Amino acid sequence: MDRRVTFNHRFLPYFLLAPQVAVTLVFFVWPAGQALFQSTLIEDPFGLSSEFVFLDNFAFVLSDPLYVDSIIVTAIFSVSVAAVALLVALFLAAKADSVISGKLIYRTLLVWPYAVAPAIAGVLFLFMFSPRVGVLSSALTALGVDWNYLLNGNQAMMLVIGASAWKQISYNFLFFLAGMQAMPRSLLEAAAIDGAGPTRRFWTITFPLLMPITFFLLVINMIFAFFETFGVIEAVTQGGPAGATNILVYKVFRDGFVGLDFGSSAAQSVILMAIVISLTVLQFRYVEKKVTY
Amino acid sequence: MYVRRTMVAAAALLAFGASSAIAQDRTTINWWHAMGGANGERIDAIAKAFNDSQDNYEVVALNRGTYAETMNASIAAFRAKEQPHIVQVFEVGTLTMMSAEGAIKPVFELMAENGKDFAPSSFLAAVTGYYTNDEGQMLSFPFNSSTPVLYYNKDVFRAAGLDPDTPPKTWPEVGQMMTQVVESGAANCGLTTAWPSWVQLENFSARHDQAFADKGNGFGGLDTQLTLNGPAQVKHIQALADWQSNGVFKYGGRRNVSAPLFTGGECAMFTESSAGLGGVRANASFDFGVAQLPYWPEVISEPKNTIIGGASLWVLEGHSDAEYAGVADFFEFLSSSGVQAAWHQASGYLPITPAAFTVSQISGYYGRNPGADVSIFQMLSGEPSGNSKGLRLGSFVQIRDVIEEELEAVFAGDKTAQEGLDAAAERGNDLLRRFESANK
Repeated sequence: MDRRVTFNHRFLPYFLLAPQVAVTLVFFVWPAGQALFQSTLIEDPFGLSSEFVFLDNFAFVLSDPLYVDSIIVTAIFSVSVAAVALLVALFLAAKADSVISGKLIYRTLLVWPYAVAPAIAGVLFLFMFSPRVGVLSSALTALGVDWNYLLNGNQAMMLVIGASAWKQISYNFLFFLAGMQAMPRSLLEAAAIDGAGPTRRFWTITFPLLMPITFFLLVINMIFAFFETFGVIEAVTQGGPAGATNILVYKVFRDGFVGLDFGSSAAQSVILMAIVISLTVLQFRYVEKKVTY
Repeated sequence: MYVRRTMVAAAALLAFGASSAIAQDRTTINWWHAMGGANGERIDAIAKAFNDSQDNYEVVALNRGTYAETMNASIAAFRAKEQPHIVQVFEVGTLTMMSAEGAIKPVFELMAENGKDFAPSSFLAAVTGYYTNDEGQMLSFPFNSSTPVLYYNKDVFRAAGLDPDTPPKTWPEVGQMMTQVVESGAANCGLTTAWPSWVQLENFSARHDQAFADKGNGFGGLDTQLTLNGPAQVKHIQALADWQSNGVFKYGGRRNVSAPLFTGGECAMFTESSAGLGGVRANASFDFGVAQLPYWPEVISEPKNTIIGGASLWVLEGHSDAEYAGVADFFEFLSSSGVQAAWHQASGYLPITPAAFTVSQISGYYGRNPGADVSIFQMLSGEPSGNSKGLRLGSFVQIRDVIEEELEAVFAGDKTAQEGLDAAAERGNDLLRRFESANK
């Protein structure tokens, strides 16, 4: 006799799923569909006349040699942001985990920046590094650095990477710290008794056990760097100097919301969507295989 | 409709306090604008003065962020059929608005339908030229216009042994004075600029009677091509690049983020909008002067007028006749010389009607505020030519981005002026073709 509790109602599962499906449809599938549709049109901003041009918008975007430059800039930017944000967060989490007194204070302070919107983070960095009035730029100048990110593309890039990563570090920190605290102490203690030093313990026990979290964060950080960083770019460099920080998502924003060229902007977001989807698939297919849960 | 009224009333409450909650039986006129800070307060004061002057209409002025955001918000609102009656659009958005037949109600038509006297001749020619159609009819209402001028630090001039009352007239003089300023140690930079494309290329071209684009700078049709890489422009940009590498000119970024370089005393001279006067006045702790934008005597012996930046007010389609009657009344109120003169004096924008200029002269405003009339004389200098009437280019926001990217490459020493401007023209032309195909 079957003692399991079963729900016979045929529609109940669908009903329970409905809210999530509705949210996905309204906030993800519908806008993405709109972008796809818009990317095949050339339209005036007011929507008074529109013409179906099939793939012309894509041809227009991809035939621009600067678009390819922008892809390279985006790759450098995104990899750097993810790398910096992950490494620094891992370091801070390891340190915060081993702190004995004042744990709560460190943790709270390290989490704060996550509450800061990217555009505000950009403005903060702008103030600190502004060539004329910035506190840190005078320090750099005093150290003999010719600091002028308004004309030096590499400096501009470092600045926007710093501002974007700074914000994301807190988020990563939370996950790493939680992961470390969930780790069975007995394993680490056993290793310590066997004579493994802190560094060895970290690399042979802590880090491998953190792999699933690291993988998750890698995906999230890449998506963050690709999509959510235009506020930093807008506040700090507007894509300059000479396109050195013109990342794809900023170009989407600029062409669509400032230039009012919806067709080209939509085509760019479709391309961006394709890039991020394939990156995520790649990460799951290849990187995830190396992750042991 | 009811919900909208309520929301507008709520917005009005927020903006003006409870005193204007009497909006119910008045017809509401929504005015979206991009003026923040002190100028935003001036706009609220103008709306309040109009509301107090009559009982039929209530103008509700709402700040919608930057120019680009305001335009964007209005377009989105139009698509959602929730558009405001009046929207302030910056001059680079002019062609987009003009091309939007069916979305905009031309101002000359609005005024004629409501029996208002509205002659373009009552505005400065250089201003109306920007906003009229081929038949000379005004499509939008000129509101805030400015033009670039040269600000200079008189204290630094004195310290460098220069006459503080003789600002440079020409670019070679600017070059000599910059060198003298830097070599004497009076300041460590001679010149910086705001709005690089607008000042150093767009206005440069007008002042030197050079075409920025063919087909009369785009007035003659959408099939225009950029000609901003002509020899005069290349010479000027190369001169700036050379001065940058000598260290006497300092590129300070796009928009007007370079302002602290001048107001902080680091650079002795500054090319910036005449509307920046208030900011300079507030932030400079030294004696400064205002002069006309310099020119190259070997390119032109008598420089032309410069062209305007700023914004105009557009009326959007889709409202009732009664509401349009209110808009017409409001525009009549806005045109009055008293309102115009007060706006000009408080904001630093050009007096766009000769009457407002006269009122300001009679009241002794220019005597009390030396330099405030330099921009007006500059606008009136020389006989305007086809090259100094203004610019009418599509996708102009992106074209400016392209130009400023290329200028940065030139000032960083990665490209020569010729290479940079050639690339700017080529990339800009692609954008023009794209605008042309979207607005056939």
